[in-house]
Amino acid sequence: MLELRNISYEVNENQKEKDILKNINLTIEDRFVAITGPNGGGKSTLAKIIAGILKPTSGQIFMDGEDITDKNITERAKLGISFAFQQPVRFKGLTVKDLITLAAGKNLSTAAACEYLSEVGLCARDYIGREVNASLSGGELKRIEIAMVIARKTKLSVFDEPEAGIDLWSFNNLIQVFEKLHQEVQGSIIIISHQERILNIADKIVVIADGEVRGYDKKEEILPELLCTSGGCKFYSEGGR
Amino acid sequence: MGNVQLDAIQMNLLGQIAGLHEVPEGAYNIRSNGQGIARNTTANIDIVTKEDKPGIDIYIKPGTKKESVHIPVLMSQTGLKDLVYNDFYIGEDADVTIIAGCGIHNGGDGTSEHDGIHRFFLEKNARLKYVEKHYGTGDGNGENIMNPTTIIEMKEGSYMEMDSVQIKGVDSTDRITRAKLDKDAKLIIREKIMTHGKQMAKTSFEVDLDGENSSADVVSRSVARGTSRQIFESKINGNNACAGHSECDSIIMDSSNVTAVPELTANHIDASLIHEAAIGKIAGEQLIKLMTLGLTEEEAESQIINGFLK
Repeated sequence: MLELRNISYEVNENQKEKDILKNINLTIEDRFVAITGPNGGGKSTLAKIIAGILKPTSGQIFMDGEDITDKNITERAKLGISFAFQQPVRFKGLTVKDLITLAAGKNLSTAAACEYLSEVGLCARDYIGREVNASLSGGELKRIEIAMVIARKTKLSVFDEPEAGIDLWSFNNLIQVFEKLHQEVQGSIIIISHQERILNIADKIVVIADGEVRGYDKKEEILPELLCTSGGCKFYSEGGR
Repeated sequence: MGNVQLDAIQMNLLGQIAGLHEVPEGAYNIRSNGQGIARNTTANIDIVTKEDKPGIDIYIKPGTKKESVHIPVLMSQTGLKDLVYNDFYIGEDADVTIIAGCGIHNGGDGTSEHDGIHRFFLEKNARLKYVEKHYGTGDGNGENIMNPTTIIEMKEGSYMEMDSVQIKGVDSTDRITRAKLDKDAKLIIREKIMTHGKQMAKTSFEVDLDGENSSADVVSRSVARGTSRQIFESKINGNNACAGHSECDSIIMDSSNVTAVPELTANHIDASLIHEAAIGKIAGEQLIKLMTLGLTEEEAESQIINGFLK
C-alpha cells in the first residue's frame, strides 16, 4: 500500500515559485490504479516523486506503513518500487538481455529473458542480443522498458504513459499486456495514461489537473465524467474542490 | 618446443591477453622477458626468427582456412625494455585469425616497456581477424609502457578486422596504426581503451584508401578516469572512389581529459568520408534508470562502463 501525505512540489522558474503539485493526498491499495489528467498537470512529477527521482518540497510518502520520504532511488527500488520511464533511456553497449538481467536481479538464461520480451510482443530472438542504442525505435524501447518492470516482479509498478510513442498495431498488444498484468500481478500497478482503453482496465482512476487531485474513485464513477464531450467536463473545468 | 613450463604470473598474463589457460593449439610463438620461449608451426603456417633484428616473420600459405596463430608477449621482469619487429604475410585467399597481446607484470621499481612493430601484408582476397590485447599489472612502483605500431598493406579484395583492447594497467601508450588499401579492400578497426590514475594514452590512425571501392571503418570507444589523458587522432585519405568512416566515442570521468582530432581528406570526387566524435560524461538518466532497477550509483556506473567497452 502506498500513501502520499500532503505532497507538494515547487520549482523556481524565472525567479518565481511555481507549484507543480499542491498538497496531494492519496492512498493507493487497489491492484490497478490509473492516473489521468491534462498534460502539464503534474502526473509525471508525481510518478518521479514516488520512485525517488524527485524529492517533494514537503509532505511524506509511506509504503506499507514505512516512511520512505528520505529513501533514495536505489533503496526504494529494493523495497519494491519499479518505474517505467515515459522516455526510455538508451545505452551504448548494454544489450536487451543485460538490462532484463539487471532488472530481474539474477542471472537469467536466454530463454527466461526471452519470455519477458515475448510478453510485451517482441519477437525475442531478434532482440535479446541487441544493444539498447539508437538502432531501436521508440516503440521497441517502450516495450523493453515495460518488460524490465515485469521482470522485476515488485509490489508496486509505476508506468508513465506506456502508450506514448507506440503505434496503433502495437497498442492492442499493449492493452493485452496490461490486462494480463492486472490478472497476475501480486502487488499494485499505477499507470499514468490518457488512453480510454487503459483507463478501462483500471480498478480506480485518479484525475490530476493543475497539481491537484480532482477526482479519485472507482472507474465506473470517474470514466463517464471524463468521457463527456461537452465543454462542461467536471474534472478539467472546475477550479478544484 | 612442445612442453613449455610457464609460471603462475606468466599463466595469469596469458589468460588476460589471450584468454588462454594452457599452451594454445595450432601455431604459436610465446615471447617472455625478451626471448622466444616456445613455438609451434603447422603445415600451413611457418614462423621464422628474424636474423637482422629481434622478432619473427610469420608466413601463412595461400588458401589456409580457419587456422589461428597466437603470439603473446609476456614480461614479468622489472625494468626490461623490449623492442620487437613482427611481420605477417597472409597468402592469397587465406582466412585466419591472429591473436597477439602483451601482458606486463611489473613487481619492481624499474620501467617495463614493450614496443611492438607489427606489419601485415595481405595478398589478394586474404581475410584476417587480428586481435590484440594489452594488459599491465604488478605491485611495484615501476611503470608499464606499451607502444604498438601496426602497419597494414592490403591488396585487392582483402579484408581485415582489427580488435584492440587496452583496459588495465598500462601507464603510457602511444599507438600508431597505418593502413594502405588497394581496390575492393576493406578494413575494420575496433579499439577499446580505458585509462585511470595518471595514465596517458595516445592513439593515431592513418588510413589511405588508394583503391577503387576500398573502405575503412575505424571506431574507438574509450573511458578516461582519474587524471588520465587521452588523445585520439584519425586521418582518412580518400584517394579514389571509396568509403571511410571514423568514430571516436569517449566517456570522461573525474578530472580526466580527452582530445579527439579527426582529419578527413578527399582527393577524389567519389570519395565519401564521415567522422563522428562524441565526448561526454555518463548521462544522468542512464544512472537513474539503472538505480530504479535496484543498483547503487556506483554499480550503475560500472555496468554502463562495462557495457560501453564490451
